[in-house]
Amino acid sequence: MLDILHEYGLMFLVGTWPVGPLGGFANTLVLAGLGLGLGLSFPLAMLLALARTGSIRWLKMLATVWVYTFRGIPLVMVVFWAYFLLPVMIDTTVPAFATALAAIVVYESAFLAEIVRAGLDGLPKGQMEAARSIGLSYAQAMKSVILPQALLNIIPSLVSQFVSTIKATSIVYIIGVQEITFSAQQINSIEMTRALSVFLVLAAFYFVACLELSQFARWLEARIRARQLRPA
Amino acid sequence: MPDMIDLQHVNKWYGQYHALNDVTNQVKKGEVVVVCGPSGSGKSTMIRTLNRLEPIQGGRIFVNGEDIHAVGRDINVLRAGIGFVFQQFNLFPHLSARENVMLSPLKVAGMTKAEASELAAGLLEKVGLGHRIDSMPAQLSGGQQQRVAIARALAQKSPLILFDEPTSALDPEMVGEVLSVMKQLAAEGMTMVVVTHEMGFAQEVADRIWFMDAGQILEDSLPAEFFSNPQHPRARKFLSDVLEPRGAATLPY
Ligand SMILES: Nc1ncnc2c1ncn2[C@@H]1O[C@H](COP(=O)(O)OP(=O)(O)OP(=O)(O)O)[C@@H](O)[C@H]1O
Ligand SMILES: [Mg+2]
Repeated sequence: MLDILHEYGLMFLVGTWPVGPLGGFANTLVLAGLGLGLGLSFPLAMLLALARTGSIRWLKMLATVWVYTFRGIPLVMVVFWAYFLLPVMIDTTVPAFATALAAIVVYESAFLAEIVRAGLDGLPKGQMEAARSIGLSYAQAMKSVILPQALLNIIPSLVSQFVSTIKATSIVYIIGVQEITFSAQQINSIEMTRALSVFLVLAAFYFVACLELSQFARWLEARIRARQLRPA
Repeated sequence: MPDMIDLQHVNKWYGQYHALNDVTNQVKKGEVVVVCGPSGSGKSTMIRTLNRLEPIQGGRIFVNGEDIHAVGRDINVLRAGIGFVFQQFNLFPHLSARENVMLSPLKVAGMTKAEASELAAGLLEKVGLGHRIDSMPAQLSGGQQQRVAIARALAQKSPLILFDEPTSALDPEMVGEVLSVMKQLAAEGMTMVVVTHEMGFAQEVADRIWFMDAGQILEDSLPAEFFSNPQHPRARKFLSDVLEPRGAATLPY
């Protein structure tokens, strides 16, 4: 196993880059990172959750349909749909990476939106009432009072979802996105007889990434909670 | 004295349930009105319509001359002029006492951080919490939390504060500290509407008592009259229940 890592470490990490496009684990992280927190999925999920907890009827329905649709179908289907539909819809060819990203964003937004919504619903009603009573607008109340509490409470659920997304990105190798599972496939076809070791290394990469993320989240949550209970 | 609050034929339904039934009454500037009545009589509903936490389906409510339920009014501006103190305190748990008090001055009144901080420190001092300014709500007792909530309402610099059972969630030994802050405000001329079962407070501080039952204000009288000679039979029953919870009526024969 170590000799595989030794021999193909670079390929696992960055694919054929810099000769070819960036691939391997780096691309997995880029895909997961863009698709989630920093990128598009989480902001989209926040909007969906606000729409679902808000009082504007048509927005609420739209968000609900979105959530139920994308939560109810497997990610592979979304990836395929994006692969075949996206080029037709916008009438140009779409790079595999962008296709994969779009699929992951819409798929994950549905799950994340439900987590955020649970966080919003989980706060006592009096928090919003008190915030509005002192004259804050809905948006101000959300920003200063509701979201800081709700997001802190849902960090563990968010992390679970992030972790499962990192793993789920592995599926996009089927449309040719060069991430780490794609690299592993390539290495496997070079080596032929060492599939077990190759895929063990692959698993280790995912495992370590998810472990690190969980630990970071725990550290972050502890830090924020400690600050909230700082001795006076 | 002009009216601070003017309720005109206010009607409210929860579905089929008629929660406020043609409520009409006024509170003058500087007055302290204590609202009492049995559970479910509509006290919370009534007080919550005054800053539009609850919508109404009929009638009008003026606070300081402003039509609170008029469509198109900037409700945030109107609400900023009305303090509200909740039974459950509803402090923002992720903010310190000072930050709780600063929020409205910062976000609504547009004060600078320094101004808001100074205002908050002064108000927390006033409610007897000068030494707990930077405490988080979780580190404060119920009585202290409620006093922070009162300071938060005072920070709005409004001439009117509404209290919905401000001492009902408190352990008995903490009721006094909150009531004494409220008495001080009343003495300084704050207009107050207070839903409470604290009849001692009502007797001592209130200018008038409203007795509510079944979504109506059945009785509106001076405390002395109300306690010595309640007019309505239901008010008499209520008083005997509140003042003598284990009175003769409930003793087995
Ligand atoms: N959101 C609601 N939906 C439906 N009915 C409600 C709602 N809020 C209150 N009610 C009903 O309206 C009536 C008045 O309630 P309200 O809370 O105003 O009573 P209250 O006088 O404050 O009672 P308490 O002393 O128990 O606080 C009650 O019968 C209650 O069940
Ligand atoms: Mg009530």
